[in-house]
Amino acid sequence: MIPLSWYLILSAALFSIGLFGVLARRNAVAILLGVELMLNAVNINLVAFWRYLDPVQMTGQVFTIIVFAVAAAEVAVGLALVISVYRNRKTVVADELDMMKW
Amino acid sequence: MNFWTNPIQMTADWLMGTLTGWGMTEVLASILTQLIGIVILISIMLVIDILLVWIERKVVARFQDRLGPNRVGPFGLIQPFADIIKLFIKENITPVGVDKVVYNLAPILSVFSVLILWAIIPLAPAIIGVDLNVGLLYLVAAGAIGTLSIIMAGWSSNNKFALLGAFRQVAAMVSYEIPMVITLLIPTVLAGTMGMLGISEAQGGMWYVFLSPLAALIFLISAVAELGRAPFDLSEGESEVVAGFHIEYSGMKFGWFYAGELLHAFTFGGFWGILFFGGYHFFGLENLGPLVAAAIVLFKALLGYWVIMWIKYTLMRIRIDHMLAFNWKFLVPLSLVVLIVTALLNTLLRDAPVWIMGLSMFLSNALIAWITVEILRGRSRTEREKAEGLAQPVAETVNH
Amino acid sequence: MTILFLITAVVILASAVMVVSSRNLVHAALWLVSALFGVAVLYAMLNAGFMAVVQVVIYIGAIAILFIFAVMLTRREMRDTGPGLNPNWWVSAVVSLLTFGGLAYLLSNWSGFSQTSADLPSGFDAVGALGDALISPDAYVLPFEVASILLVAALVGAVYIAFNPQNGDNHE
Repeated sequence: MIPLSWYLILSAALFSIGLFGVLARRNAVAILLGVELMLNAVNINLVAFWRYLDPVQMTGQVFTIIVFAVAAAEVAVGLALVISVYRNRKTVVADELDMMKW
Repeated sequence: MNFWTNPIQMTADWLMGTLTGWGMTEVLASILTQLIGIVILISIMLVIDILLVWIERKVVARFQDRLGPNRVGPFGLIQPFADIIKLFIKENITPVGVDKVVYNLAPILSVFSVLILWAIIPLAPAIIGVDLNVGLLYLVAAGAIGTLSIIMAGWSSNNKFALLGAFRQVAAMVSYEIPMVITLLIPTVLAGTMGMLGISEAQGGMWYVFLSPLAALIFLISAVAELGRAPFDLSEGESEVVAGFHIEYSGMKFGWFYAGELLHAFTFGGFWGILFFGGYHFFGLENLGPLVAAAIVLFKALLGYWVIMWIKYTLMRIRIDHMLAFNWKFLVPLSLVVLIVTALLNTLLRDAPVWIMGLSMFLSNALIAWITVEILRGRSRTEREKAEGLAQPVAETVNH
Repeated sequence: MTILFLITAVVILASAVMVVSSRNLVHAALWLVSALFGVAVLYAMLNAGFMAVVQVVIYIGAIAILFIFAVMLTRREMRDTGPGLNPNWWVSAVVSLLTFGGLAYLLSNWSGFSQTSADLPSGFDAVGALGDALISPDAYVLPFEVASILLVAALVGAVYIAFNPQNGDNHE
């Protein structure tokens, strides 16, 4: 049988890789890709804890569904913001978006 | 249980016995048996696909008042084989600047998303690939993979027309998933389960098309839009975007897209039959054996496929903004209303006799349809009066 | 079962590394699809079948396609130019390694770290129990309703932010 530690290490690794993507990428859309990886790592953690600790009580799965909804909402608004920024500044490279006006 | 009551289980047991008799371990033998089962199912589906090419060409010919292929073999039955040989020996032209991995992966994913649907179709109470208890959601998930394959094909072709066609097709597919999911909830509410076997079992009394004809109609419309067939095939129209997302595909890769589309239409005909027309139920004929039940399901799938072809070869193509407006302003509110009314009636009349519930659901559907038609008539009357009001002075100068 | 978990874990981690290091953004989005599919397989192994299918429908069917659209609509030219990573990417690498090490260390100090899973009670209907938990008043109906309000707010907000008044009203 697979011990719980394997799932937790996997989700920690996925979270760190997503964190690297958020901190190190130049393109704003690529930063949002890293955020998606981090949210998926959190979800793996929640479902693993649901299964291993108390599968009869559905708290873990309910929490996961709420995280699905929040992730979808955040991606939609985030990408709308990125597209709007692209229309105004003609760039989505995070380094070049450093002045509030012109 | 002998062979005729449970053919799949008997064959699997015999195969496992033979393999373990040769000295294989249990785990390996079971994996190999399941793999062989999957390969047999996929092969049967692809052979049916070849027959579908012949059916499509004959039926479109009859709709257009001509004969169709009748030279190659008796009634043109060898025609699809000739087509396949032609596609195989054609030159596979790969344009410069395409993204090779994505370009070659797209047709494979497109057929993949159709073949995995056959794992949950209940051909008989004893013949089903896997009885998922979230079968309907699995149907939507397979559609999502198909959407992904189209945008992969459109982007990797390095061609503006392909990209434009793929964008339009994906926008239409993602939009029409919503009324499809909402109408898929109606058999769920009526049967109490999302599993395909449960929904087929629950239609032993009365088929769901009599309980909720509007849901069947909306599911058919959104399924035709999901398939990308006419009248929703703006992305494939020769006069609009040449051939849409599969412009740059030649030879067998285009063959995969074409065959995948036909098999997808056949599969959705099958789902229409299973979800609304009783699945393998046919006045008790299915009790003769699982193979008879499977034949009934395939026959209903062919009927559904014929209806989809009928729609394709009768109606004209719809413009993309009309298509999206039709979805968001008409289908989504209508399907939500039908779902709410069906769920309310199902809960209120759960203990009433069957014929009261059936009759009230049918009457509520008829009432919703009548109200919708009245609203549409009122709207079109105001638009017509507006248009005629503008043209009024010109008409008055003509002597009556 | 163990082999399946190892293969899935390797696929997820390899796809995630390709997501954060791919210069071509459409490739990065497609590697994200592969990582999300691996996570769905993981949910299926954890007996959360409903979660697996919902993951494919929502993440791959909607969010990944949204990413691909956004990548295609925000490019100056058809090719990708410039490096993909910041000049200070090594700081980010150190930070993420420290995060991973810290999380692993903290988790390994927890007493229940290496427990194995108990079997599910027979006849346990996970989907039905989830439905009950989501709409029953003494379970989680309030967070469920708040999440749906959040989705409506996000929908209205996204449409408003990305609305282009130039070509937003050329039909009727």
